[in-house]
Amino acid sequence: MAASYDAIVIGGGHNGLVCAAYLARAGRRVLVLERREQVGGAAITEEVFPGFKFSVFSYVVSLLRPEIVRDLDLARHGLHILPLESTLTPLPNGDYLAQWNDHDQNRRELARHSLRDAEAYDEFGHLMHQMARAVKPFLGMPAPDPASLRPRDLLGLTQIGRYFRGLGAAKFHALWKLLTMSAADYLDEWFETEALKATKSASGIIGTLLGPRSPGTAYVLLHHYMGEIDGVFRAWGFAKGGSGSVSAALAGAARASGVEIRTGAPVARVLVTNAQAAGVVLESGEEIRAKLVVSGADPRRTFLGLVGTEHLSSDFAAAIQRFRFRGASAKVNLALGALPNFTCLPGAGPHLRGAISISPSIDYLERAYDDAKYGEVSRRPYLDVVIPSMIDPAMAPPGKHVMSIFVQYAPYHVNGGWNDARRDALGDAVIDTLAEYAPNLKSAILHRQVITPADIERIVGLSEGNIFQGELTLQQMFFLRPVPRWAQYQTPIRGLYQCGSGTHPGGGVMGASGRLAALKILREEAA
Amino acid sequence: MLKTTPFHPRTSPLCLSHAWRRWSGYVVASAYELSHEREYHAIRSAAALFDISPLYKYLVRGPDAALLLDRVATRDVVHSGIGQVLYTPWCNAAGKVLDDGTIARLDTQTFRMTCAEPNLRWLEENALRLDVVIHDVSESTAALALQGPASRAILQQLADADLSTLKYFGLTATHLRGIPVTISRTGYTGDLGFEIWLDAQDALSLWDALIDAGAPYGITPAGMLALDMARIEAGLMLIDVDYVPARKAFIPSQTSSPFELDLAWAVSLAKEHFVGKPPLVAEARRGAQWRFVGIELEWDALERLYAEVGLAPQLPGAAWRASVPLYGGGNQVGYATSGAWSPLLKKYIALAHVGARWAAPGTAIEMEITVEHRRKAAAGRVVKKPFFNPERKRT
Repeated sequence: MAASYDAIVIGGGHNGLVCAAYLARAGRRVLVLERREQVGGAAITEEVFPGFKFSVFSYVVSLLRPEIVRDLDLARHGLHILPLESTLTPLPNGDYLAQWNDHDQNRRELARHSLRDAEAYDEFGHLMHQMARAVKPFLGMPAPDPASLRPRDLLGLTQIGRYFRGLGAAKFHALWKLLTMSAADYLDEWFETEALKATKSASGIIGTLLGPRSPGTAYVLLHHYMGEIDGVFRAWGFAKGGSGSVSAALAGAARASGVEIRTGAPVARVLVTNAQAAGVVLESGEEIRAKLVVSGADPRRTFLGLVGTEHLSSDFAAAIQRFRFRGASAKVNLALGALPNFTCLPGAGPHLRGAISISPSIDYLERAYDDAKYGEVSRRPYLDVVIPSMIDPAMAPPGKHVMSIFVQYAPYHVNGGWNDARRDALGDAVIDTLAEYAPNLKSAILHRQVITPADIERIVGLSEGNIFQGELTLQQMFFLRPVPRWAQYQTPIRGLYQCGSGTHPGGGVMGASGRLAALKILREEAA
Repeated sequence: MLKTTPFHPRTSPLCLSHAWRRWSGYVVASAYELSHEREYHAIRSAAALFDISPLYKYLVRGPDAALLLDRVATRDVVHSGIGQVLYTPWCNAAGKVLDDGTIARLDTQTFRMTCAEPNLRWLEENALRLDVVIHDVSESTAALALQGPASRAILQQLADADLSTLKYFGLTATHLRGIPVTISRTGYTGDLGFEIWLDAQDALSLWDALIDAGAPYGITPAGMLALDMARIEAGLMLIDVDYVPARKAFIPSQTSSPFELDLAWAVSLAKEHFVGKPPLVAEARRGAQWRFVGIELEWDALERLYAEVGLAPQLPGAAWRASVPLYGGGNQVGYATSGAWSPLLKKYIALAHVGARWAAPGTAIEMEITVEHRRKAAAGRVVKKPFFNPERKRT
């Protein structure tokens, strides 16, 4: 063994890299072990077809915590976020609903559909901004457990209590509604335009096997409002060079702090002796020892795969087994010879520089969910489409384009299981759906890549293909993520920590879990 | 894209400066000529013509129309007469100002409300179970303001009605060269002036008629830069500039009550009920903590500060909009929100929020100014608003 390490981080996803960087900055010798040949986990860029680069899985940036961007100086390591400017919702009747960044332009467009909604939009945005601010402190602190009497939990709860009191009654009540309602019900209180409600509610269902009318989805909506770029909430962007650039910047920052990163190094298991982590064993049989092991893999893979139930109490193992994944999302990546021409808004206008959302009504989304509820792929799925080459032309050969289509619902537990035929059928359903709004799409396609939840699990290692490393639903968030009593990055195995999105606050390319895990480890070591 | 007003085909070729600005999603001229100076002087010496079509306008009709507006506004709408225009703020339940504008009684059951912000949703929320219909006529109604000493003479040439009897804040329905309009004796300049409300389809004919009849009197299309100077002279506050509407405030301290905006005269606490009344009753009893006042800087003090660095006093050529600290007794006691050098009054004036104990006219107050990159405090005092208040405005 050539080197010795203070800490081994399993998985070079964004949280693993963030955690490793923070540990190294505190003077620890850190080794990151990545199973694949490139770091990034689900945040990678690949030239899938010659000349066409894709953010194969995760495709937009917003939730990446600003403190991480600052602390790790990610701009110096090449991170450049380009703004996504708009959202276009084409409608079956040939019209469309657009949401623009410019206030006046947006107001005018909304007023075309409803004067009331145009007015409500500002107030809604104002409130959501305040709600995002209200919840923001939670993203920067481990979730205190209200059932715990530990001083740190009590202190955290006291801070939260004081904070909520400071919010004022009206905002607290609004927050409570967000925590308990369905996205559809919540939006019904504000808007009357179906396409607006549906497009907004889509944020509440992403990554989750729930419909817009399922309670709890309003919170996921808020979760997506917390994206913050340059101090502005609800700002979504696209990393120049694709999502892999985020990972490359994180890896650069980690290496600059002294982190060693080994790719092509799959971990077979965590070495445990006397309920104490002692290192890892690679699939190659190589053994690497360290006092600290931090897993960026999801809770199921970490505990039931890498640790093994023999080292766990049965109730803990059972709780991990119950942690819900139920991947619901798929991805279709297209190489295009020409831009899609939308019937509702023909030509290569600014609308192609933003998101295109196939979400004409709440009913449409709920029906898409109905199919999935019973184990089928949505016949008419919700699609979130971006054309990264419109924002960053270097993603495709000159004059050609890449299109990223996020698809929901494609349930992991599809009836009969996933196979090539089903994957093709999914790809066809997605393209048929989008081609209804952009008829030239089919003839413009040069190549297509279809990624099912089973593919996500196989390639990236996310259990059941859940993009958040476990559903972002209230029963497994905050002090319950991934399981009660073990929601602050530590585990029943001493010296083994978790730093993935399966921990608080979870979900999206946020990095908060990785950072908070590192801070927790450093604090416990000091204690 | 931004919207253009119904007068755009006329205003666009006139806008030699190419200086446009946004107003409620429309483009309007900042200044037509290369400088706004002549447009400003036209307001006070002849007549200036402003395109004010971007205002939000609502027609409120029905048996409960008066009741609805009386409930929303702080002024007494129920007892307003037909042909009367009320300037009024309106508040949220906490008694903080949401917007300010005018309510014109067109007949017993019909009102036109004009506002700076969209208020359809607010009106509808308050109209629950009332027998009233609210039409947003913002786009279908065009509006012009003709302001200045010659405004009445110009309009009278075109009008069927006798405008000499139209009182300040009165309104009449008439025709201007055959075009049906309502004319209110209102404006945002503090001068003799009128606002003309008409169907957007007639906009261009009316513009042409006014320019035609007004030419001998020196009618001058004027932009927002000139208007901004005039409204400061008139002591009239501007939403988003001089106060933050409660809907946009992120923290309570950003909001203002009508009392804090010097609008006590427009709050009818005698009314049985209106939105925001209970906290306003309490505030009236307590006294407002903040006041909205006029500030006048002392010329000699200003000259001295510049003389110290070897410069003549540098005066703003246009109105400014910024938060500028005010000091009293060495401490910050408030902030000015807009200011201008008044070429008419030959005074440096500002509109400001100050703590109540600093609000009495004559109180010495210093305003921060930056002289050659360095912060200085220029001596001034609180003065009564409006700074400019000519007889002709009312008579």
